[in-house]
Amino acid sequence: MDIEQQDFYTQAILSLAALVGLTSFLMLGQGRLLRLIFIFAMQGFLLTLTAALAAYSLDNPHLYISAVLSLVLKVIFIPWMLRREVIQMQAHRDIEALHNKTTVMLGGASLMVFSYYVLHPIVQTTSPVMLNALAVSLSVVLLGMLLMISHRQAVAHVVGFMAIENGLFFAAIVATNGMPMVVELGVAFDVLVAAVLFGIFFFHIRTSIDSLDVDRLNRLHEVDK
Amino acid sequence: MIAAYLVLLIPFIGIVFFALAGHKADTGKLNIRFNAVCLLATVWLAINVLNQGTLLSSGKAFLIDPFNVYLIVLTAFVGLTTSIFSSPYMAHEKELGKLTDKRLRLYYSMYQGFMLAMYLVLTTNNMGVMWVAMEGATLATVLLVSLYRTPESIEAAWKYFILCGVGIAQALFGTILLYYAAVQVGDVENSLLWSVLYENASKLNPEILEIAFVFMLVGYGTKIGLVPLHNWLPDAHSEGPTPMSAVLSGLLLNDALYAVVRNKMLVDGASHSDMAGHLMMGFGMLSFLVAAFFLHRQKDIKRLFSYSSIEHMGIMTFAFGMGGPLATFAALLHMTVHSLTKSAIFVTVGHASQVAGTQSMDKIRGLIKTQPRIGWGLLIGTVAIAGFPPFGVFTSEFLVLLATMHSYPWLTPLLLLGIGIAFAGLFRHVQPMVYGNQPEGQFPVKANLWPVMIHLGLVLWLGLAIPGFLAHWFSQATLLISGSTPL
Repeated sequence: MDIEQQDFYTQAILSLAALVGLTSFLMLGQGRLLRLIFIFAMQGFLLTLTAALAAYSLDNPHLYISAVLSLVLKVIFIPWMLRREVIQMQAHRDIEALHNKTTVMLGGASLMVFSYYVLHPIVQTTSPVMLNALAVSLSVVLLGMLLMISHRQAVAHVVGFMAIENGLFFAAIVATNGMPMVVELGVAFDVLVAAVLFGIFFFHIRTSIDSLDVDRLNRLHEVDK
Repeated sequence: MIAAYLVLLIPFIGIVFFALAGHKADTGKLNIRFNAVCLLATVWLAINVLNQGTLLSSGKAFLIDPFNVYLIVLTAFVGLTTSIFSSPYMAHEKELGKLTDKRLRLYYSMYQGFMLAMYLVLTTNNMGVMWVAMEGATLATVLLVSLYRTPESIEAAWKYFILCGVGIAQALFGTILLYYAAVQVGDVENSLLWSVLYENASKLNPEILEIAFVFMLVGYGTKIGLVPLHNWLPDAHSEGPTPMSAVLSGLLLNDALYAVVRNKMLVDGASHSDMAGHLMMGFGMLSFLVAAFFLHRQKDIKRLFSYSSIEHMGIMTFAFGMGGPLATFAALLHMTVHSLTKSAIFVTVGHASQVAGTQSMDKIRGLIKTQPRIGWGLLIGTVAIAGFPPFGVFTSEFLVLLATMHSYPWLTPLLLLGIGIAFAGLFRHVQPMVYGNQPEGQFPVKANLWPVMIHLGLVLWLGLAIPGFLAHWFSQATLLISGSTPL
């Protein structure tokens, strides 16, 4: 497949997929919370762009609604809320020392390869472009998980959680031109409620263990010692 | 179809009403009434389905068939009896100073919110809406797990939120893949409707569907509590208020399994391989065995019974995975009897820990002497859940065993071993709690044990003789899922 022979829309989608994947890797190596939130907002913006582009190129007006939803939720509201919480709790000054940064990055790269491997059977029925788009979204989902595993701050966990949602959103736009409207609204509603609940939880965790370091949430065990 | 809309409308009114009205002395009783009206609506719905067969709403948004209608009635029933238990229980917790009016307002409003999410999972015809409702159930219950605001309960709720949220995101990826496979063959508008997908199942691309199913199983499997995705379950059950444990164990786990089975029906239609079934059998068997061993190492009474829930969900997943009419029939029956028994047990456990003032099993002693009804309730409930005849759990486990001997004889020893280990694990803990001398200063509490007696009575009835209409119903559902009937 030669990329120059593809139409404009396909080329744009491929570049956006690459950029979305890149932002995921950037988040993975970021120890400062405010920068992490900024990169997350960037990823949200790329998604908005993807949705708007798909709406324009494919003449699919309901994707404009998805674009607006993702702009309001993932570029403005959630980053704003997280930023406010972080500054309120004075957590923006401490830099999280990430252990094994190199290993985590290599792990991230292998997750990406793994995503391609898992989704490879799809090539038989569709274009390689679709494989790229779907594999990138799956790896964004998996990288979100890795982000949660490698970071200890509750805020970073929320960013990872929302990044997983971003990966799913990207898959939905690129592979199927968005889910049916009712589903998309439902998912957006769930994300909104989840974001608000996370805000409440920061407050509770902070008051109960006097820190947002989730490693200190260690009172419950699988078996009693 | 009006009945189905009513079933969804009543809890919705409940959410708004309890949120606006705040907590007053009679809120618990009002909650019972909301659930009672809802149960009546579900019974009406069930009668409609019995007379007219499968119902599809005019916009195709809702689908009521024999498989989900019995789960809807079961959900409403357990919701009602748990609310009967919850009213004096929560009042007692408030007297102890553990809860405030504001938190009880949240509790009652979200109780209805959880019920709404459960009904929506069951009634919807749209696989995407099913996912949204499943996530909604997590969101509704997560603040209830941390209702007591102790460090432990906040940790449990955080774990529940993160694990279930991340887990269920996998199911959404699976749903997107399913939609992707569906738009390749059908019209875009209705491609995510289960009824349309089921009709076109043979045309769907089997490779994509198999990948999708793996994601669905991992996603909804987190909610079922399948090992190794079960970590949140014992924590959330043990730290939340007991009525929540009862509905989580009795309803949420069932509904997550329901979602997996719906997807399995699609994959089986598309691929004709046993891949989906084998995956479910493997996860089910693993959960069953691991949970049976973990029963021995518990010290908290609610954690003990939540591991027992994992064990039973394992059996059901295993049986649905095995497929075939007998195993499917057994799994459907097991879903019912497990829901009834486990919610009854959690009700007695709630009262028992109020009597003893602790959830630690080392300190709960002599329940029969202090308050015979609670002691006997716990003992009989444990006998029932351990699979003794003549209770219904015995019947369903026996049928699973028969089906296993027939299709996979080499798995029978594992199954028997697990049942034996689980039995020993339950009884070594329960026996000292109910018998023996009571510690000083242990007094009876005000308890309403009618829900327990009704549930256990029903389980006994199902063990002795399954009423004709119910057996007919199970057969219809079995026919739908496995393609033939066992009777």
